[in-house]
Amino acid sequence: MPAAAALLLLLAWLVVYPLVLVLLEGVHGPGGWTLEHVRGFLARPTEWRALWASLWISVASVVLSAAIGIPLAVLFARYELPGSRVLGGLVALPAVLPPLVGVIAFLFLYGETGFVSLLLMRLLRLREPPWRLEGAGAILLVHAYSMYVYFYLFVRAGLASIDGAQLEAAASLGAGRWRTIRRVVLPHLSPALGGAALLTFMTSLASFSAPYIFGGGFRVMTTQIVFTRLNGDNELAMVETVSLTLLALAALLLLRGTDARGVAGGRKGVAPAPVAVRRPAVRFLLAGLAWLLVAVLLLPHLTLVLVSFVPLGTWTTEPLPPAYTLGNYLTLVRDPVRARPLVNSLWLATVATLSAVAIGLAGAVLTRRRRAPLGRLIQGLLALPWAVPGTVFAIALATAFSVHAPWAGRFILVGTLWILPLAYLVRNLPITSRAILSGVRALDPALDEAAGSLGAGRWRTLRRVTIPLLRPALLAGASLAFVTAFGDFVTSIMLYTYDTRPVSLEILSSLRQADVGVAAAYGVVLMVVSAAVFTLGASERVRPPG
Amino acid sequence: MTPFLRLEDLIKRFDGTVAVDRLSLALERGEMLALLGPSGSGKTTTLRLLAGFESPDEGRVLVDGEDVTRVPPVARRFGMVFQHYALFPHLDVGENVAFGLESLGVRGSELERRVAAALALVDLAGYQHRRIEQLSGGQQQRVALARALAPEPRVLLLDEPLSNLDPSLRERTRRELRELIRRLGITTVLVTHEQDEAFDLGDRVAVLRHGRLEQVGTPDELYAEPANLFVGGFVGRSSVLPVMVLGPAADGTGFRVAVEGVEWEVDGRPTPTGPAEMLVRPESLRLAPPGPGVLPVTVMARRFTGPTALYTVATAAGVAVEVAGPAQAASVGDRTGVVPSRRAGGGIHLFPTRTR
Repeated sequence: MPAAAALLLLLAWLVVYPLVLVLLEGVHGPGGWTLEHVRGFLARPTEWRALWASLWISVASVVLSAAIGIPLAVLFARYELPGSRVLGGLVALPAVLPPLVGVIAFLFLYGETGFVSLLLMRLLRLREPPWRLEGAGAILLVHAYSMYVYFYLFVRAGLASIDGAQLEAAASLGAGRWRTIRRVVLPHLSPALGGAALLTFMTSLASFSAPYIFGGGFRVMTTQIVFTRLNGDNELAMVETVSLTLLALAALLLLRGTDARGVAGGRKGVAPAPVAVRRPAVRFLLAGLAWLLVAVLLLPHLTLVLVSFVPLGTWTTEPLPPAYTLGNYLTLVRDPVRARPLVNSLWLATVATLSAVAIGLAGAVLTRRRRAPLGRLIQGLLALPWAVPGTVFAIALATAFSVHAPWAGRFILVGTLWILPLAYLVRNLPITSRAILSGVRALDPALDEAAGSLGAGRWRTLRRVTIPLLRPALLAGASLAFVTAFGDFVTSIMLYTYDTRPVSLEILSSLRQADVGVAAAYGVVLMVVSAAVFTLGASERVRPPG
Repeated sequence: MTPFLRLEDLIKRFDGTVAVDRLSLALERGEMLALLGPSGSGKTTTLRLLAGFESPDEGRVLVDGEDVTRVPPVARRFGMVFQHYALFPHLDVGENVAFGLESLGVRGSELERRVAAALALVDLAGYQHRRIEQLSGGQQQRVALARALAPEPRVLLLDEPLSNLDPSLRERTRRELRELIRRLGITTVLVTHEQDEAFDLGDRVAVLRHGRLEQVGTPDELYAEPANLFVGGFVGRSSVLPVMVLGPAADGTGFRVAVEGVEWEVDGRPTPTGPAEMLVRPESLRLAPPGPGVLPVTVMARRFTGPTALYTVATAAGVAVEVAGPAQAASVGDRTGVVPSRRAGGGIHLFPTRTR
C-alpha cells in the first residue's frame, strides 16, 4: 500500500531518524568513532546522581500521586456528599495548569515571598521564611499536585465501570468486605492503576519545569542535559540524552505489562449507586474536609489570578498585594512586544495541532485493519514519542535539523520558524493519534464497506462517512494536542528564537525581570485557554451506535 | 442458458487456515441462492468474496460473462445488506438511501424521485427525514434494503438479513423480503445459519462445511436426497443409528440392515454390504410393542408438539433416537420398541461408514 509506506517513511524521518542521529553523535568525535564521551559520562558521579535522581523522583511521584488520587477517587465514587458532583469535577482542575504555569503558581504561593510563606512569617513572627521551596521536596510537591489527577481520573472511571451485580454476587457468595475488595474490586481496577502508574512515572521522568525552576543544585537528567548543553559540551549532552531515553524505554517495557492485562467482561451492568453518608456529624466532617481539600487544590489557580492584577513593583512584603490593576492584561494586548508571544503560541500550536490531527487520522485509517500492511510499525512509531522525554526530542531535533544535507534528509530548521511547530507536532503525535485511533476502532468497519459497496471511493468515504463520524475523536485529539503545544516549555526552551518565543518563555523572562503581574497574566491566559479547549474537546460525545 | 453469476473454484486462506476451499456455484438470472452452514463454514467469507471486500487467493467471480474477481467493491455494483445494517448514523434515512445513487452521479429531482421510489419499495414512503436512531429494528432493516436496492445493483447480497430482528417480526419480514425480491427479479445470494430461512427464501440452498460445498439443490432435494450424513443432519430433524448392511431385500426394492442385532428392511440408495450410518427422520419410525423385528428402546423424553409428540428414546446400546408418534403413545420411562414406519418412507438414508 503506497500511502502506508509514505506515512511510515515520514514517521521514520520525524521520529526515529533524529534519535538515531543523537545516538551516532554520542559515539562520534572529530577523529571518527569513539567511546570517549560514553566513558566520560560513566566516570562522572554527577551523571549517575542525576540519573538516580530522575529514577527515584519518578517512583516517589507515583507513590505520592497514588496516595492522594486513589482515596479521592474512592471518596467521590462511593459516597454521596453535599456538593460532591461539583467537588468531583473541581478535583481534576490541576490538569488545566500547563506545567510551567503550575510551577510559577507554587512559587507565588509557597516560595520565599509567596502568600503562604509571608502569612506564616507574620503569624509566627519569624524572621526567615518557614521553608525554602527548593530541591527534591519542592519538585515532589509539584509532581504530586499535578499528577495525582491521573490516579484520580483513572480509578474513578474504573470504579464507575464495576458491575454492581458482581459486588452483590460476591456478597451472596459469602465474601466479606475485604475479600470483595481484594478479589473483585482490585482485579477490576488493576488496568486503571497500572495505566495511571505508568503515566505518572513517564510524566515525572520527563518533567522539566519543576526541576528547572525549583531544582537549585539538585539535578535530574532532564535539567542536567540542558545545563550540559548550555556549557557547550555537546557530545556529553548526547550521551546523557541517550541514557535518559534508555531509562524511559526500560521503564515503559517494565511497567507496560501492568496495564495490558485488561479485565474482560463486566462491562455491562450498572455501577453500584453511591452510598449516602447518614450520620450528620460524619457527613459534615467529610464534606468539610472535601471542600477544604478542594480549596487547597484551587489555591494555585486563585493565586495566579490574584497576582495577575498586581501592578509592577507594588507588592513587596505584605501578605496580600496592596494594589490591583487591569494594566497587566492591557499590556498583553497593547504592547506589541508583549502580545507577540501570545500570537506566536497561538499559531505554533495551531499548525502543530492540524498536522498532528492529519497524521493521526492517516495513521488510524491506514492501520485500522488488523492485517493492514505495516500497521503495527506505523502505530509503534506514532506512539514512540510518548515514551521519550520532551527534552530528548528537543535535543534530537536540534541535532538533526541544524545541518544542511538534503540528500540525508537534513535541513537547517533550527533558528527558523519551523522548528517549534515540528517539535510540538512530534510530541503531540502519540496523544492525538491515540485519541483518533480509538475513535476509528469504535467505528463499525461495515460502514466503510457499505460506502464502498454503494460506489463511494476512498476520498468520498473519508469525507462523507469517516470524518463526520469521527468528529468527537478528532476534536478530542486536537484539543489535547493544542493544550500541550500552547503551554509547552520543555522543548521550547531549547529551540525557540526571539521571533518565535512562545508564552512560556515570556513568562520566564517576566519572572526574571520581577514583573510577576505580567507573568501571572500570561499564566492566566494559558490556564483559561487550556480549560476552554479541554471543554470544547470533550463537548461532543460519541453518538450511540444507530 | 448460461448462468448469470458464477463462482469458479474460489479459494480463500487466512493465516494458513482455508476459509473457502475450491467453491464453485452458478446462479441463473433472478435466482435466489441461500448459503447455509454452521458458523465457521465459510459462508460469510464467500459473501465477502462476492462483494469484493476480500479477494480470493484462487478462482474467479463472473457476472454476466464479465470477470469481476479483481474489480473493487466500489465499481462492482453489487448491493449488500449487512448483518448489523451498517446504516450511516449521521445521515438521515433519505441521505442513506441517496448515498449509492450519488456515487452514480444522480442529482437533483431525479435523485429525490429514486430515493422516494426505493423507500416506497420497502413500505417506508415519506421516511426521508427520519433519523436512523428513531427507527425500529425492522425499519432499519428495510432502510438497509432500500439503500442497497436504490442504485439498481446487478446482484443483491444479504448477510444474515433477519438475525437482528425479534423472532416475532422475523417471519413477516421474511415473507415480505421474499415477495419483494421475487417481484424485482434480482439475482440474490443470502447467507444464513437458520435452516428455515434458507429453505423459505432460497430457490436453491448451498450447504457449506469447512469452506467446502457439501451439496447444492432445492430444499426438497436436500431433504429427500441428502448427499451425506452432514447435509442430512443439518437439514431437518434426524437421528443416526450405526447399522450393518446385510444385503438387498428379498423383493429387491430395499436393503436388509441389522440394528443392534434386530433385522429391518429399509429403502435407500445402493449401499455396499458392511458397516454404515443410517440417518432416520422421526416420522420414518414408529413406536411398537416389543416383538420380532422391533428394536427395544426406553423412552427418555417426550416433547409435546400438538397432535403428535416427539419421543426421544434410547436403544440398549445407548444411542438416542427421535421418533414421532401419537401424543399419548408412551410416557417417559416406558420400555417399548421402534420399527420403520413404512418401507418406502424416503426418510431413511444409508451412508457407508468411512474406513479410517
